Amino acid sequence: MEYLTQERAPIMESLEKMRATRLVPFDVPGHKHGRGNADLLEFLGQRCLEVDVNSMKPLDNLCHPVSVIRDAEILAAEAFGAAHSFFITGGTTQAVQAMILTVCKPGDKIILPRNVHRSAINALILSGAIPIYVNPQVDERLGISLGMKVEEVIAAIKNNPDAKAVLVNNPTYYGICSDIATITKVAHEHGLKVLADEAHGTHFYFNQKLPASAMSVGADMAAVSMHKSGGSLTQSSLLLTGENINAGYVHQIINLTQTTSGSYLLMASLDISRRNLALRGSEIFDNVIELVEYARDEINYLGGWYAYGKELVDGGAIYDFDVTKLSVYTRSVGLAGVEVYDILRDEYDIQLEFGDIANILAYVSVGDRVKDIERLVSALADVKRIYRKDSARLMKVEYISPIVDATPKEAFYAEKKSLPIAETVGETAAEFLMCYPPGIPILAPGERITKEILDYVKYAKRKGCQLTGPEDMTIKRLQVIKGR
Amino acid sequence: MELWFSELHTPNVRFSLKVDKQLFSEVSEFQRVDIFDSAEFGRLLVLDGRIMITERDEFIYHEMITHVPMCVNPDIKKVLLVGGGDGGSARELLKYDTIEKIDLVEIDETVVRACRKYIPQTASCLDNPRVEIFFADGLKFVRRKSDEYDLIIIDSTDPFGVGEGLFTKEFYGNCFNALKASGIMINQHENPFYNHDAAAMQRAHKRLAGSFPVVRVYQINIPTYPAGQWLFGFASKKFHPTNAVDFGRWQALNLQTNYYNPKVHVGAFMLPTYVIKKLR
Ligand SMILES: Cc1ncc(COP(=O)(O)O)c(C=O)c1O
Repeated sequence: MEYLTQERAPIMESLEKMRATRLVPFDVPGHKHGRGNADLLEFLGQRCLEVDVNSMKPLDNLCHPVSVIRDAEILAAEAFGAAHSFFITGGTTQAVQAMILTVCKPGDKIILPRNVHRSAINALILSGAIPIYVNPQVDERLGISLGMKVEEVIAAIKNNPDAKAVLVNNPTYYGICSDIATITKVAHEHGLKVLADEAHGTHFYFNQKLPASAMSVGADMAAVSMHKSGGSLTQSSLLLTGENINAGYVHQIINLTQTTSGSYLLMASLDISRRNLALRGSEIFDNVIELVEYARDEINYLGGWYAYGKELVDGGAIYDFDVTKLSVYTRSVGLAGVEVYDILRDEYDIQLEFGDIANILAYVSVGDRVKDIERLVSALADVKRIYRKDSARLMKVEYISPIVDATPKEAFYAEKKSLPIAETVGETAAEFLMCYPPGIPILAPGERITKEILDYVKYAKRKGCQLTGPEDMTIKRLQVIKGR
Repeated sequence: MELWFSELHTPNVRFSLKVDKQLFSEVSEFQRVDIFDSAEFGRLLVLDGRIMITERDEFIYHEMITHVPMCVNPDIKKVLLVGGGDGGSARELLKYDTIEKIDLVEIDETVVRACRKYIPQTASCLDNPRVEIFFADGLKFVRRKSDEYDLIIIDSTDPFGVGEGLFTKEFYGNCFNALKASGIMINQHENPFYNHDAAAMQRAHKRLAGSFPVVRVYQINIPTYPAGQWLFGFASKKFHPTNAVDFGRWQALNLQTNYYNPKVHVGAFMLPTYVIKKLR
């Protein structure tokens, strides 16, 4: 067999070779193929611990790939239509941060929608870049924030001609896509780089029925969560780059925060998953699409619930929709999404991806079966029968446009004081506040705290959302910038 | 030569029957379906290696899953059978002329085909015009029904295989919704003796108790099931399973049964102490 083809999995193959040579390990990790940790061996199994090894000549080195890791990265780049790919073992968080650190130096401006994942704003704290937020439109009915309209991106570029890059969610957690092709074209015309957070978009690369992927429209960098729809192990991810990005510099950026002991379990899982997607992705996602379309039809047939799909597409803030996302609007049944999320887990033994104020999201993948879909649909039928409430008492969700008093970095490192959360109106936040998941900040460091925001927080808390971010884990106090 | 069929009742307990030959074997979309001829128990229907029925002792299971609810409410007219592709439960129900319609929802067409050919003792009744067979997922079928049945019988496999979805709260809730105001539902409660199965029984019981106002458990003795002991759940919107039951009316029907009788009916609800403890 030819060596560099999609049928191969260089990292996996080199690990198998290593296994066959029965190498005597006088190197780390100290568990020595599991022999030194019987409980762990019992729990994870021999085959797993045998390949939990450290870099060595035949296995290459993630910090400086020259052989099998490089080959695996070349195959991944080819499979995703990128110029280069980088295996990432620190989650898509690390990939997002590497993108932003690559294109933004301290003080540089970056245009991004406010509904970015916390990892992007964290990257602003690390880089000292200045966020220029584009208001993602909000769907009034569903209460979810959408994509960026092309006009708004153009306006942001005109108002900030010195901006260095645009970041696009492709798609959002809910499956909403912006017109990334046109945004890329316009951004490039003005000399900006285009970064895509594709934490939820791995499958776009492997099925024609799905929205456009970042690389296919010429975007410059993309952070792709292989461990979500791609099927690799948790925490493994890919960073893709286009022709006009200096791969050597990206490497240096990655090495700023990357471990020097990259996990071969994670890397092998990326390698094997890439092979699987390259060979069978189209068929796999055809299957998922069919399963989700069936679920959507059945849920909508129940009445009350609204499982939304392609009909949302309006060519603007909802330029496209990822039909593999099974999001269901719950307020028409009088329940907050997070309430349904809790009921399904506690009463029906069904675990969803998340519930927010107005929606639930069920994550459907290649691992699901029709009979599991039947359970979910039937449980929704039963929840409606038993728990249905009057929907009038639910709070309306609106986009709260942030007032940015300081850059995230300034705010994060400013002198702070801690106040009871109710007394913070008018102050500038020095830390994050978010519901997790989806992990999109309600408040980011540097943003003005308003009564509207606190009302929302109070409501989310009452409905059972899990709030995270502040130093005070009980979320009773919030840190604000001193003397503003 | 000796040929033995074995089923593992637990990893450490094996139940074996001497068999003569294998009459049918097919792997369907859902499970492996086998039929054997045995020396002591006649023909066996085996799904994924577990005995579902034998010709010799199926009467115990089928009589007790049907005549108990029928005696409690003799006015039952429309019945939903979920599972039961072997036809045994339908055969017992058809003894009541007052029953107008039996909807039999079996997920696996292979089971019906195999039983029709090799176990006519139970399956020959499936040609009766009062029986309509639907090859569908029970969970989905019930979801589309509301206020329609007087009786739902869940005659399914165990909760670890194909029948998994039939031991869930969503299924019981949708059954509640499919039943009329005086509806009764009979379901599987597994054997209470072995821990693994008992845990499934406890979970099913808890889910059921949250869904129906009246929930009781009754017990049968059946040689080929694990520990020779089996529990059914009696769930109902209105009727109590033993109080105020008109046994005279049932006796006047003069039906032929081999296990069921009014005294067994009452006695079946008297449970051993260890079972009561597990149900609490
Ligand atoms: C939009 C988005 N970007 C980035 C990430 C970060 O991914 P990871 O958890 O792999 O670090 C997530 C995770 O949920 C996400 O939803």
